[in-house]
Formats: sequence, structure tokens, C-alpha cells
Amino acid sequence: MSATPDPVPLLEIRGLGKSFGSIRVLHEVDLLLRAGEIHALLGENGAGKSTLIKCVTGVHGRDAGTVRLGGRDIAPRTTEEALAAGLATVYQEVNLLPNLSVAQNLYLGRQPTRFGIVQGAAMRRRGAELLRGFGLDIDLSRPLGSYSVAVQHVCAIARAVDAQARVLILDEPTASLDSHEVEVLLGVMRQLAGRGLAILFVTHFLDQVYAVCDRITVLRNGRLVGERACAALPRMELVRMMLGRDLEETVSGRAVAEGATRERIGRFRGLGRRGAVAPFDLDLHRGEVVGLAGLLGSGRTETVRLVFGADKPDAGRAEIDDRPVRLHSPRDGLRHRLGYCPEERKTEGIVAELTVRENIVLALQARRGLLRPIPRREQDEIARRFIRLLDIRPADPERPIGLLSGGNQQKALLARWLATEPRILILDEPTRGIDVGAHAEIIRLIRELCADGLALLVVSSELDEIVTYADRVVVLRDRVQVASLEGEAISVSSILHAIAEGDGAASADAGAAA
Amino acid sequence: MNNRNRLPSVTLAASALAMSLLGAAAARAEGLVVGFSQIGSESGWRAAETTVTKQDAKKNGDTVKIADAQQKQENQIKAIRSFIAQGVDGIFLAPVVATGWHQVLSEARDAKIPVILLDRDIDPADKPLYLTAVTSDSVHEGAVAGDWLVKTVGAKPCNVVEIEGTVGASVAANRKEGFDDEVKKQPNIKIIRSETGDFTRSQGKQVMESFIKAENGGKNICAVYAHNDDMMIGAIQAMKEAGLKPGSDILTVSVDSVPDMFRAMIAHDANATVELTPDMAGPAFVALGAYKSKGTVPPKWIETKSVLHTSADGDLQQVLDQKKDLGY
Amino acid sequence: MSAAVDAPPRRAAWRVPRKALPQLAALLAILLLDRAVSPQFFHVGLSGGRLFGSLIDVLNHGAPVAMLSLGMVLVIATGGIDLSVGAVMAISGALAASLADSHPLPVTLGAALAVGLVCGVWNGLLVAWLRIQPIVATLILMVAGRGVAQLITEGRIRTFSSHGLAWFGGGSVLGVPAAVVVTAAATVLTLALVRGTALGLMVEATGGNARASRLAGIDTRAMTVAVYAWSGLCAAVAGILAAADILGADANNAGLYLELDAILAVVIGGTSLLGGRFSIGLAVVGALIIQAMNTGILLSGLPAEFNLVVKALVVLAVLLAQSPRLKALGLRRPGARATGATP
Repeated sequence: MSATPDPVPLLEIRGLGKSFGSIRVLHEVDLLLRAGEIHALLGENGAGKSTLIKCVTGVHGRDAGTVRLGGRDIAPRTTEEALAAGLATVYQEVNLLPNLSVAQNLYLGRQPTRFGIVQGAAMRRRGAELLRGFGLDIDLSRPLGSYSVAVQHVCAIARAVDAQARVLILDEPTASLDSHEVEVLLGVMRQLAGRGLAILFVTHFLDQVYAVCDRITVLRNGRLVGERACAALPRMELVRMMLGRDLEETVSGRAVAEGATRERIGRFRGLGRRGAVAPFDLDLHRGEVVGLAGLLGSGRTETVRLVFGADKPDAGRAEIDDRPVRLHSPRDGLRHRLGYCPEERKTEGIVAELTVRENIVLALQARRGLLRPIPRREQDEIARRFIRLLDIRPADPERPIGLLSGGNQQKALLARWLATEPRILILDEPTRGIDVGAHAEIIRLIRELCADGLALLVVSSELDEIVTYADRVVVLRDRVQVASLEGEAISVSSILHAIAEGDGAASADAGAAA
Repeated sequence: MNNRNRLPSVTLAASALAMSLLGAAAARAEGLVVGFSQIGSESGWRAAETTVTKQDAKKNGDTVKIADAQQKQENQIKAIRSFIAQGVDGIFLAPVVATGWHQVLSEARDAKIPVILLDRDIDPADKPLYLTAVTSDSVHEGAVAGDWLVKTVGAKPCNVVEIEGTVGASVAANRKEGFDDEVKKQPNIKIIRSETGDFTRSQGKQVMESFIKAENGGKNICAVYAHNDDMMIGAIQAMKEAGLKPGSDILTVSVDSVPDMFRAMIAHDANATVELTPDMAGPAFVALGAYKSKGTVPPKWIETKSVLHTSADGDLQQVLDQKKDLGY
Repeated sequence: MSAAVDAPPRRAAWRVPRKALPQLAALLAILLLDRAVSPQFFHVGLSGGRLFGSLIDVLNHGAPVAMLSLGMVLVIATGGIDLSVGAVMAISGALAASLADSHPLPVTLGAALAVGLVCGVWNGLLVAWLRIQPIVATLILMVAGRGVAQLITEGRIRTFSSHGLAWFGGGSVLGVPAAVVVTAAATVLTLALVRGTALGLMVEATGGNARASRLAGIDTRAMTVAVYAWSGLCAAVAGILAAADILGADANNAGLYLELDAILAVVIGGTSLLGGRFSIGLAVVGALIIQAMNTGILLSGLPAEFNLVVKALVVLAVLLAQSPRLKALGLRRPGARATGATP
């Protein structure tokens, strides 16, 4: 519609302030969004991005400031009111109903009706057309839950955009998508921006920011750091704005493990489970980091769940310290001093309504047993120690963990297992959905833990990350272990090669992204 | 057949002659076969009704087949159909609800099997479909209780508290109506409080406790009327726990006449109870016999007697002995 | 930073009374209302060595539901529900009444408690091992249990004359009715069991997120069986109290619909039916609120037909007072004052 830049901002946020109780989380933040632009909203965990979005879209009330849309003051009290005003939001966690069909999800609450009767066929036809615009050709009568998270995400975006939105807010939409799906999504965003939509894009992937965004607004600790044109902002400068300091360049290639003792802690032979992962062998040594790489769905999570005992293997055996052990339940894993930070933080990790302290002591308490409760003073001490050690923010052990940002929840989960003093620690996507600063910290922690003599088994999609810390990389493809790389042989390209096994075309793309 | 064994001296010819002479009366002696569709055994009274029915049948030399419906009408309908198929002489029915009987009772009429209702009535529209209904008059029960109280207190002023049955139950409404009407005629008697005790002991006790608290430690209360004995037994406990002497400090009158109430009266903890007889089958057997033998059509409603028992009676122990094994 | 670290203890000290405020206020309001309809409501005297008065009635008659709520609150905290407690009351009461006159008291009580425990374990196994939804699993015993009780009493009110068992209804300790003493002791025992061990944390974790709790090494199945077993045991005690109260077991009516009162007590006590955070003390307060209301209605002399409507309105008011949305409106000011007062 209006390809020419409009001098009047479409969405104008001025002096927005917000407090929760006595804690001030937003200080007079300004944000200008112009029609037809893609605008990145960046900041570390706890910078106030989510709160800002929620204040604008009516999830939270605001304490100060104005929000003008198209020159008119708006103050939506619910997300429905925001949507009616033209503000659509898609969150990282898809807020749709997995047991309803795709079509029903697309048109929930605004189904096409005739004489009060829902027109199912019309709904599916329009929905199919809509999704094809996003490169998705699926059966709309099947339940949404039967499709991958990526598909669900695109559906959520399609639903939001179809509702005549003028502003689209995307809160980390790409966190759970693979590289192809990310490309599709970025394409869709460009297309929507071309139609005159203003898009506010919250993400942790700087590559994506530079690939699609026109402008960048950076927040830190609830304050506006600045707004820049994307083209005029070098990456290092952006990182400095976000962190308020210079980020250490990640060193590629890990210092050679000195002390060549290689004391073996865990030995797994022929461990497997039908429908999850084919039988595999794995050795874990003291002070060693083993990376587990592979595409989504390649069986990485399934592998580590078997190692920990979260799922019962139907083949193979496990040995700890050269003694055969039974690892058939998380309790078994805990007893043999294994720890496991799962990938699905919300559903498998945190207990949202319990406090940070309670979440941290949970596994330790489970290991000590019902009859030996950890005294409150010891709990406080443990919680404080890890809050300080891992820099969990806000540093309030009595805050329900559900109110913390993703990165801080992840740190608390790490603390839960570190408190049990494990010998083998399994981290499944420890840096997923976490900002740059926390990212670097988690990697630093992994190295430190390893130096303390832990055996670490880390699943990660970030190949360059794996390369920096892993002594050995096990590669999975289609639920089968296909390679084990060691020492000098570890590099992004060698891992990619193993994943693709000669079929280099796809991996070259992903390599470029990495 | 059994009769012949009991009469060994009578010759075959003589008995044949006697049978022909006595005609239908002989058929009576042979014994009727009756099907009884009982509601269930939800209360002691109902268990007693079942026991008494069996005793009555045995006394008359009749046979009774009892089907326990476990509170379900569909089970009762099934039982009646099975009785019809067996070709019984008559059907006794204690209906669990008032409606929905038209179809199955029509089937019984077509099969020429008379149906007698016990203890409860059904939809008046179905009146032509049954022979008679043997029930008590629960308004009258309340009136008997009221009458006893009026006579007992004479001209003295008397404040009465009333423990009602379950809200919405017709028995509760009727027993209230009968009692209240009787008592209202007397200017000296006043019903000062009335609450529901749900026909249970524990609620009866709790309600009485609150009455005692609300009425100056029970000093304002002269008599308590409960819609059934169970609630009264609970109330008696409440009075005792409050340091009152039921039966003398506070008069008691209730309805049902369960064995425990006789025990209470023997112990002078209670004054009076109006009997709801468990013997509904007795009059039913008589009516059925007369109808079968002589074709006598009984009146549409046979009302059982509402006998009053008081602690002054001399035969309390005998009545108790009779009642205690009936299954109350 | 350091100020933020210092803050928690003060806030933790604040939280307990503030969380309990709506319930305690509701209880107080209802008691005052009772006082308004019945001037001698707060009067407590002595009768036959036993405290005597409406307030004592509230405690005494509230005891069975309070007993039930002690078990129910844990079950609900794990995200479950136990509909069978009323029927279990009937079974244990029936058994106690049947054995009381022919067996020594310890045997009678032991058998009644054991049967409750067995019922609870049965429920727990259905829920934890067979993965039957709690509402369905406990419905089985809710329906069948009363039948079992009727079999034991042969369908009539089974009276007994054992003084030992009767003590639980008419006895007292230093004037306090036995049922109140038993329930208070059970409350303390439950609190000790739950907060003195790690059970409380584990139950809250299980109810908050069962998958995460299992992965953290908590034996969620054993936990589930344990809370249903405790609920069965509490129901058995309630059954004994109910039988002792009327010196007989009434299989048809003992504990009838009390499961609903117990659930209501737990909900009034602020525990979510979705599981997670729970409060034992407030569940007991919830039971007292319900009983204070019942006693008040009886004292008021209001026609019986109004009882249920009045009850519903009061419950609605109490629950509304706890509604997060209304709380957000009402508590904003006190919250601000609290922060303002912090030097």
C-alpha cells in the first residue's frame, strides 16, 4: 500500500512505565514503529521486552506513558481489545488449542457463519488459501497438535495476520523453528511488511535481525538504550548496547584436556528404545564434555533421556564406575548422581508456582528422601549461593519461578542439579531461547563445571557452540548414532558433514547461517 | 399339597367333596401366590415391612415372592413383568415414584392380575389400574401426635419446637400439616421454632442442640415434635448432653415407632410415638383373598391405623420384643 | 542488589497472615453474623464437665468435615480429588459400631482405621498405577462404598453401647469435646507430617507440575498413593466421630454429601482444584466457616426452605472475596501501603 516511508509513526509509545509491586521493570521507554518496517526489539533476559509487549497489548495495565496507534491514543485492557484496534501478537509458546483442528484454530472466535451455523467447509477453504500464502500445504481438518511446533507457529502467525492487523508483534517466533522454516517465516515477514504492516520482532538470533530488520530498539534493565537503523549498527556495537560491555569473542576449539587421566564414569552399551532411538554405545569421562548434535527429531533428546533414566530402555545396559546399574526412572538417575536439565523448560523443568528456592532444592530434596527435609536455613543458603553463583535475576529466592525470564529459569534449573553435586550432568538445549549474555554465561559455566570434574553431556542445535566446548561430539541422524568426532576432528563443517553424510547442499545453507 | 399332609385323617373323597362344597374358600386355603415388588432396604422401616410381609404370608399359608428394586423404577417394572409371566395371583407394589406406571399396570390388568399398592400412592390418573392402595395417612399421623400433646399439656402454656423431615418430602409436609393444624387450635400452645433435620439422627441432634442454645438453654422449650423417631433419638441425645431431662423437662412426640424409640420410652427418655405400621401387607392379603374368593371389590384406599404408643403404656416391652427382630 | 536480597525474609513474614486474611475475615464475619441472629452465640458454659455453647457446637459439628478436609487438601494439592470420603466414613462407622460391643476398643478402632486406609490405598492405586482420572476412580468407591456399609449394618441403624467408642462422641478432655480434641490432634499430626518432612514440598511440586517433579527425582506415584491413603484414614476417623456422635452407625446417611463440603472447605481455604500450593490450616478454617454458617442458619430460625440458598450466597461471597481479579482491585491499596511503610 504505502511503500514510501511514512513520516508519522504508526505505533508510538512514549514514556511507558511499569512496576510490579515495589519493583520497577520499565522506566519511561519510547518506541516508534513505522508502517512497512520490521523493527527488532532486543535486550538481555530481564531487559523488559516481554513486559513492554504485554503493556502495549493489554495483558498488563501500564503505570505511565501513552500508546498511540495511527495518531489515536489507545489503552486496550485485553488482548482482544488490542486485536480489535489492530495490534496482533504471536508469542513464543503457541497459544492455540492442540485438540481442535487447524481450521478451527485459525478461525476460533470468528468462525464464518451462516444463520448462526459454522461453515466448516468455507472455513477450511479460506484457511487452506491463507496457509498456502505461508508456504504451508497441510490438511486443515486434522488436530493442530498433530503437527510440529513449527507448523503450529506459522498457524498462529497466519491467524494473527488474517485478523486485519496493522501492527504485528512477534515474540521470539523463530526459537523453535529449523533453518528452512526460519527462512519461510522471514520471507513471510518481508512480504507482510511490503503490504504496509509494521512488525515488531523480538528475537535472540542476531543473524535474523540483520537479515530482515530495518531498525533496532535496544532495552537494558527496563530502560531504553537507543534506537538505530540496522544498516548503520555494527554487530559489536549492538552487542555492546545490549550488554553494556564488550563480549568476549568465543574461542573456537577447546583447550586440549590436560591431565590425560580420562577416568571413565559412565559406560552405556547397546542402550535403546523402540520408537525412540536405535541402540547406541556411549562413554562419559570425568572432566569431559560430550556434545550431541543432529537435526530436530534426530533422537538427541531421546538419547539423553535413556541415559538419565527418564525413559525405560528396552535394550542394552548401563554401568557407572564399571558396575552395572539400573537406570529405569529419574530416581535411579538421581541415585547414581546423574542430573538432567530438559529441553522443555516450562512443561518438564520448572514448577512455575513454586519459588526459585523451592525449585532449586527440589532434586536435592528428592535425593535425600521424604524423611530428611532440608532445613529452611540450609535451603535459603543453597538458594542464595546459586543465585549469586549463576547471577539469577531478580535475586529474590522467594519469587515464584514462573515470573522469571527464560534465561533465569534455565539458570535456576541448572542450580537445581548442581545442588545435588552430580557426577554426570545432562543439558538438553541449555541455551535455547536465551539471550546473548546468558548464552555466554552458560557456556562459561559448562567449561567451569567440566574443570571441576563433571562429565557433561550437552545437546545443542548451535553447532559453533558445541565446537567451542565439546571434547567429543556424537552425531545422530534419524534416531541412529552416525558419528563420533574427537579432538582435532571437531569442527562445524565436520559435524555438518556427519549430519548430512555427504549430501552437502543442505548443510552448506545451515553452515552459512551458523 | 401341604395341607393334605397336615390333615392325615381326611379321606381323598371327603376332601374332594369338601373342596367342591366350599368352592372358592378351598382355593383360599390352598394359598395365594403373590409377587411383591419392594423398593429396597433403604431404611429400617422398609426392612421391617419386608419381614412382616413374609410373616403374614407364612401365617396365611400364602406364598410371597419378593423382588428388591434397589430404588430403581426400571427394576420394579421388570419385576412386575416377570410376576405377570409367572401368572401370580396378585401383585403388591411399593412404588418408588408416583408416575410412569401406566404401561406396566395395564399389562397386569390385561393379564387379569390385581395389583395392590403398599405404603405409597401413584398418579391418580392410574386409579383404574390397581385394586386398592394400603397406605397410612401421614396427615393423620401428625394429627395424632398433635392431639396427644394437646391432651397432655392441658391448659398450661407450652412452647413447641419442631424438627422437620427433608424439605420437599411429602411425608414431612403432611406430618407438619397434621400436627400444626391440631396444635394451632390451642391458644396456649405455640410452635416457636421449626427446622429440618433431614430424617437423620445426626441432623436431628444438631438441630435440637441449636434449639436449646437459641431458647435459653432449653428452658423456654416445653415439648419437641419430630417428624420421625430417628431425629427424635438424636434430639434426646442433644437434650441429655445439655443437662436436660428429655421426657420430663421437655416432652417428646414423634412418628414411626421404631424399636429404639420403645427402648427410649422404657428408659423414660421419651413420651410418645405414633406408629407407622410396617404391616401394610396384612390388609392387602385380606383384600386380595376376599377379591379372589368372593369377588369383593375393596375400597380404593385402605388406611392403616395410626396407633399411639406412650411411655405410660404397660405393654412397651412386649411391643419392643415383637418389633426388634423385624429388621428395623 | 543487596537490598533486594535482604527483602525476602520480611516479605515471607508478611505473607502468611496476608494470604489467610480473606478466610479469617470471612470466619469472623460469619461468627459476628451468628452473634447478630443469636445473642448468646459467644456464651460458653459448662454442662456435665463439658464446655457448652454455640461456639463449641461449631467446633464439634465442624470436626467431621475438618477431618475430611485434612485428607482432601493433600489430594487436591496433587491435582486430584477424592469423592469417596463420605462413603468411607459410612464404612468405617458401620464397622466400628458393629464391633464395638463385642471387641475391645483398640480392635474396634484399629479395624475402622484399617478399612479406611485400605479404601484410600485402593483409590491411590487406581489413580497412580492404572491412571484412572481421580474423579472417576473415587466415584467407584463413592457409589459402592455406601453399599458395603449397608451390608455391614444390614440396612438399619446399628446402635452400640460401648462406652469406649461413645467417648469419641460424648467425652471430653478438660471440657473440650472429644471430637474437637481428636480433630485438633489430627490437624497437628497432619501438619507435622507434611511440613515436618519434605512431603509438603513434594506434594506441591507434584501438583504444580507432575512431569517436572518426576524428572527431578520425586516418586510421584508413591506420593499420590500416600495422599489418597491419608485421605482414607482421615475419612475413617471422621466416620468414627460421626458414629460416636449418634451412638450408632447410619449407613444410609453417615457422611452423605460430606465429600462436597470437604472439597468446598479446601477451596474456601484457597487451595486450587488444579493442584499445587495448599494450606492445611486454611482448609480447616474453611470447614469451620461452613459449620459456622450451618449453625447460624439453625439458630436464626429461618424457614428450612431458605437454608440452601443462604448457604450458597455465603459461599459465593467468600469465594468472590478470594477471586484474583477482585483481589487485584481491592488489595492494590493495602499493597501500596505495605511498600510505603518499608523504610
